[in-house]
Amino acid sequence: MQKIISPISDDVIENLRAGDQVLISGVIYVGRDSAHKRLIETLDRGGELPFDIRGQTIYYMGPSPTKPGHVIGSAGPTTSGRMDAYTPRLLSIGLKAMIGKGLRSDAVKEAIKEYKAVYFAAVGGAAALIAKSITKSDIVAYEELGPEAILRLEVKDFPAVVINDMHGGDLYQEGKAKYKIQPGAAS
Amino acid sequence: MKEIKAKDVTSTVARLCTEANFFLGDDVLAALRKAREEEESPVARQILDQILENSTIAAKDEMPLCQDCGLAIVFIELGQEVHISGGDLYQAVDEGVRQGYAEGYLRKSAVRQPFSARVNTKDNTPAIIHTEVVPGDQLKITVAPKGGGSENMSRFTVLKPAQGRQGVVDFVVSAVEEAGSNPCPPTIVGVGIGGSAEKAMILAKKALLRTVGEPSPDPEVAELEKELLQRINATGVGAGGVGGRITSLAVHVETFPAHIASLPVAVNLQCHSARHKEAVL
Ligand code: SF4
Repeated sequence: MQKIISPISDDVIENLRAGDQVLISGVIYVGRDSAHKRLIETLDRGGELPFDIRGQTIYYMGPSPTKPGHVIGSAGPTTSGRMDAYTPRLLSIGLKAMIGKGLRSDAVKEAIKEYKAVYFAAVGGAAALIAKSITKSDIVAYEELGPEAILRLEVKDFPAVVINDMHGGDLYQEGKAKYKIQPGAAS
Repeated sequence: MKEIKAKDVTSTVARLCTEANFFLGDDVLAALRKAREEEESPVARQILDQILENSTIAAKDEMPLCQDCGLAIVFIELGQEVHISGGDLYQAVDEGVRQGYAEGYLRKSAVRQPFSARVNTKDNTPAIIHTEVVPGDQLKITVAPKGGGSENMSRFTVLKPAQGRQGVVDFVVSAVEEAGSNPCPPTIVGVGIGGSAEKAMILAKKALLRTVGEPSPDPEVAELEKELLQRINATGVGAGGVGGRITSLAVHVETFPAHIASLPVAVNLQCHSARHKEAVL
């Protein structure tokens, strides 16, 4: 397991390969469906985003409510594909890394290569475990969206695996191909 | 005639909502451990380790296993000799969901007017309630929270009768393969064959409540389940979709007679966060 710091430097991104397992420490931002929609609407209006997205990591997540005495509730990834429509635009203005779960569109994979970015998956459903790696959580914007507000998290050893790297590597495709047993093949 | 108080239904549903979200069943845990033993892919093994560790943390800290605490799917088996007193049964269930999701710090994920405004109902109601009237004087309640990631991968089709067994196998395997990493594998695959459109899907969902890996009592159906599991695990999707030998922990098939002209098949996928808890009043 490789330890990396977020915001993730260009050198580190360059060296990440699909299938690498990492532990992320540092700062990541949380945003999902409605927050993405608002970010894009802001850009369309020529407005300023509520945080400087350049070089940052975004985590697709909507936590469960925080119990008293806890930093955050359970906090596992949500399906990334729903953000696909917005992602290339955000990558074009400097977003560098995304954490979620599930398949991305071809347009997103192309944009990851073009803008030298990286897509990680966290383990869907490992939400109580992931919450343990979150040491601080603050609302940055859109508080009225409840579990869909934009949060700034500080994380320590957040577990993730590289799915799509900037060189075109794709773990979902490569991993599946590696373990596929052709029908009729002896097993 | 046995009397059961509506308020006891409420407190039972509330308890089941939190228990289901904090504690995985022993059958699911055993199946996950077995998958961990058998898996060859190191990345998939690591993912299974995280899933198992997650269940330990959730139980110990009474934290939801998954942040998506689901819609509350509630199955009721109502003995025909039971009389519910002091309130409306369905309102009592909804009140239980309201209380359980509030007390357990569970995420409320229900939105009203799903095609437009999508405003959160803020208390995770209404529950989705399926009631069956059965002989006897007991009331059995099962709460099965169901997350969006796996439910979104549900599939339904009506095959031509001539497509038969092979048609069913191909449809189910491709549903699981195309879903890939989205439904949080390793999954449990619920399959409903026969009935009408809505009957097939209910069968598929109910199949998920069976003890994980327990074969159908019908030998022909059990054989089909076995073949489906083998074919699904041959797709290579693996835990988390990263590639591996174990894509599904089990396939449960339920069948029902169908119309002479149709062969309905429904697939309802259950993520590894396979949550359901039962109580009998
Ligand atoms: S599919 Fe299941 S484990 Fe995955 S995020 Fe949804 S509820 Fe959680």
